[in-house]
Amino acid sequence: MNASNFVESVDFTLYLILGIAVFFLVGITATMIYFLFRYRKKRNPVATNIEGHVGLEILWTVIPTILVLIMFYFGWSGYKPMLSPPDDAMEIEAIGQMWKWTFIYPDGKTVDSLVLPVDKPVKLNLKSPDVLHSLYIPAFRIKQDVVPGGSNMMWFIPQKPGKYDILCAEYCGQLHSYMLSSLTVVDEATYQTWLKSAPDLSNEHPGLTLLKKNACISCHTLDGNRLVGPSFKGLMGRTETVIVDGQEKEITVDRAYLIESIKEPNAAITATYQPGLMTPYKDILSDADIDQIIAYIETLK
Amino acid sequence: MSETAAMPLNYLNVKKGIWSWLFTLDHKRIALLYLYSIGAFFLVGVVLGVVMRLELFNPGRDIIEPQTYNQVFTLHGVIMIFLFIIPSIPAVFGNFFLPIMLGTDDVAFPRLNLFSWYLYIIGALFALSTLIYGNGPADTGWTFYAPYSVKTGTNVSMSVLAAFILGFSSILTGLNFIVTIHRLRTPGMTFNKMPLFSWALYATSWIQVLATPVIGITLMMIIAERMFGVGLFDPSIGGDPILYQHLFWIYSHPAVYIMALPAMGVVSEIIPTFAQRSIFGYKPIAYSSMAIAFVGYFVWGHHMFTSGMSGAAAIVFSILTFLVAIPTAIKVFNWVATLYKGSIDIQVPLLYALAFIFNFLIGGLTGLVLGALVVDVHVHDTYFVVGHFHYVMFGGTGFAFFGALHYWFPKIWGKMYNKTRANLAFALLFIGFNTLYFPMLVLGIMGMPRRYYDYLPEFHSLNQISTVGSWILVVGLLLMIFNLVAGYLKGQKVGGNPWNGITLEWQTDSPPPLHNFDKMPELPAGGPYNYPNAKSE
Ligand code: HEC
Ligand code: HEM
Ligand SMILES: [Cu+2]
Ligand SMILES: [Cu+2]
Repeated sequence: MNASNFVESVDFTLYLILGIAVFFLVGITATMIYFLFRYRKKRNPVATNIEGHVGLEILWTVIPTILVLIMFYFGWSGYKPMLSPPDDAMEIEAIGQMWKWTFIYPDGKTVDSLVLPVDKPVKLNLKSPDVLHSLYIPAFRIKQDVVPGGSNMMWFIPQKPGKYDILCAEYCGQLHSYMLSSLTVVDEATYQTWLKSAPDLSNEHPGLTLLKKNACISCHTLDGNRLVGPSFKGLMGRTETVIVDGQEKEITVDRAYLIESIKEPNAAITATYQPGLMTPYKDILSDADIDQIIAYIETLK
Repeated sequence: MSETAAMPLNYLNVKKGIWSWLFTLDHKRIALLYLYSIGAFFLVGVVLGVVMRLELFNPGRDIIEPQTYNQVFTLHGVIMIFLFIIPSIPAVFGNFFLPIMLGTDDVAFPRLNLFSWYLYIIGALFALSTLIYGNGPADTGWTFYAPYSVKTGTNVSMSVLAAFILGFSSILTGLNFIVTIHRLRTPGMTFNKMPLFSWALYATSWIQVLATPVIGITLMMIIAERMFGVGLFDPSIGGDPILYQHLFWIYSHPAVYIMALPAMGVVSEIIPTFAQRSIFGYKPIAYSSMAIAFVGYFVWGHHMFTSGMSGAAAIVFSILTFLVAIPTAIKVFNWVATLYKGSIDIQVPLLYALAFIFNFLIGGLTGLVLGALVVDVHVHDTYFVVGHFHYVMFGGTGFAFFGALHYWFPKIWGKMYNKTRANLAFALLFIGFNTLYFPMLVLGIMGMPRRYYDYLPEFHSLNQISTVGSWILVVGLLLMIFNLVAGYLKGQKVGGNPWNGITLEWQTDSPPPLHNFDKMPELPAGGPYNYPNAKSE
């Protein structure tokens, strides 16, 4: 059994074309080498001028044309089903953002790696709040770009239980190669238990949950290390240099500054960090959310 | 200077001094200015390529940070595309040999020609200035995809401006060649008696003139968006990122043929010379260049099959992509048929030409894999693509460039390099090249995405093989350069026609005199490749 319903058509077309390719590569190379040997100067001191041959030209125009049309046909017939998901597919929202995948199930369950039941069609609605990404599951032979402002989707039927890599295939900045996740395919019963088991968040600060959910921690660490952005550890009350309209300024981080930094990060850029990278969160996070986040940042002394 | 007194006057020794070069209007000297500058940037690009390969030797960090890696592959791509491969053959060998092959004394607009070189240098300096000025070189990839290119803090504006200026250089060269071909052919040379290299340059020039403006505008739009917040491509300010991709590839796919066609022209010259017989299928080869140039305009969408394009668009772009492969196949068959019943002298330029065919075949055949919709969904944006385009651009055009260098070296400098060493360098380059890039094709099929600083453990061993290949390649490259420089300094003098070639450049002295011909060249009777010593059919 193949990992997904698309593996067969991809692999068949791939090996068909590779087969034809190897045939021509070997054939042409062998002919070249044979001619080099057979008609080398020593053996054939006088060349013959041959201007061309209409029959041959027709032959080597028509045969490749037929072959490429066959290739086109298999390419298209395998691709067509990818465009039309079945109506009963389970719809999951897949959000790609710098540099994290988030999946939201129909019942609202939100996770950062997928778990799916075997043999059930699934449709992923692809969303991005920042830049282009591309959701790629090599074992399933499918990928689709995640376009900000767009509404692409991909669908598939997982056919074999197991754990598969999910990668980002469209360059999206510094940690593009770390934008990984996984897809675990399980039987229906296991899936149902997993679906009902809520992750134990009772001990987690709601601010931390928000930081994880919004992928803040792919750019900001909680332990003082520098990543793409400054660490949150000891942030509240820190004195730092920021750049406002090209002017350097010393400030002390307070509540108002944090709110501004989250809503409009480009208003004041922390010195030595890149401008433009952090998305403005003014339309994404509510004021209550921002309060929770700041409350959590305050605990990181 | 008793030496020069003994030598007949040629374009190299008529005038001396740096200014006689920097202000020269002679197409041959301008060609050499291009050769040295393009060569230098190529070496910078190679260093960056090798840095990437070293970083990828092991998963995790080897020598550089992720951000640096991203800037390295972007600069590598920009340099290799805009500073090396696009200008390479037309600007160097086209400039040098197009007028001579047409039997005339210069291109149509010599001043414009020099101006193009200055634009090239200014563009190149702009591109490299990002290394020291602004927030570091762009980290977007050479494609500058929006909206990342609009958001990132690195110096995208400057890199983009550089590409814009280089575009003008390319347009002006194309324009110059078109007019030269139309107006300056020697009496009696009709279009169908032109050497195939001129045909290839003719087709290329049209693409340069017609397609390059599109990229110019597109790149300006990026600058407008970054500097003034005009919402063109970034959806958060009302733009459309997919629009950018269309505009970008409307130029950049035809640009692939700007890279490939001149190389095909070179190969169409080298093969008949070393087979000592007429080219098989002159017209199919000449006209297929035009067909490629034309159909090549309409296939750009094959870079966007996974961007959410409609099924109808996908069908059209996929079919056209397959059809554009046919004129290329026709050329390959005709080249191979030209070896048939030749009297083949196996010399280094011929080896490069045959290596071109081999590598380019792999590049083209893997292109068919990418053109098939269902397979592209799997291998798009993986190392399969990286392998594919290096086979086309480096294994194809790059090898043709080296072949042209070895073929015309005695004509340009009037001396010959050491042939044994040249053969050895060729072997190292060929083996190194294939060791470097073949594993990438496999990695792509296994699912390793491109532009990856770090990778999963299952990709380790193939990455290591690839890196070892880059070392072999570099040794071959250094040996080749050393050999050519040694040939320039103290190679044996050669006469006007060391390879017994038939096109007009072989009728004049080596190096050619300032005005190319001391006496009117004679067109070969019965066609441009009609070798008088060969039997007729
Ligand atoms: C794509 C990477 C990225 C993401 C995701 C990101 N940030 Fe940032 N952030 C940065 C960068 C880079 C800076 C420094 C430049 C600046 O000041 O805008 C920064 C600055 C900040 C600052 C100011 C820090 C200081 O030292 O002044 C705060 C607060 C902040 N981010 C909060 C957040 C929160 C909360 C989130 C999630 C909702 C988040 N960031 C998501 C990259 C990111
Ligand atoms: C020693 C020679 C070379 C080496 C070792 C090399 C290596 C590489 C590698 C490893 C990448 C992939 C980077 C990634 O996706 O993470 C790459 C990308 C690229 N290379 Fe090369 N390369 C070499 C020569 C060339 C030449 C001669 C050309 C052009 C003619 C070229 C054009 C490109 C382009 C356009 C890219 C894409 C950059 C991007 O993704 O934006 N390279 N090269
Ligand atoms: Cu990515
Ligand atoms: Cu293309």
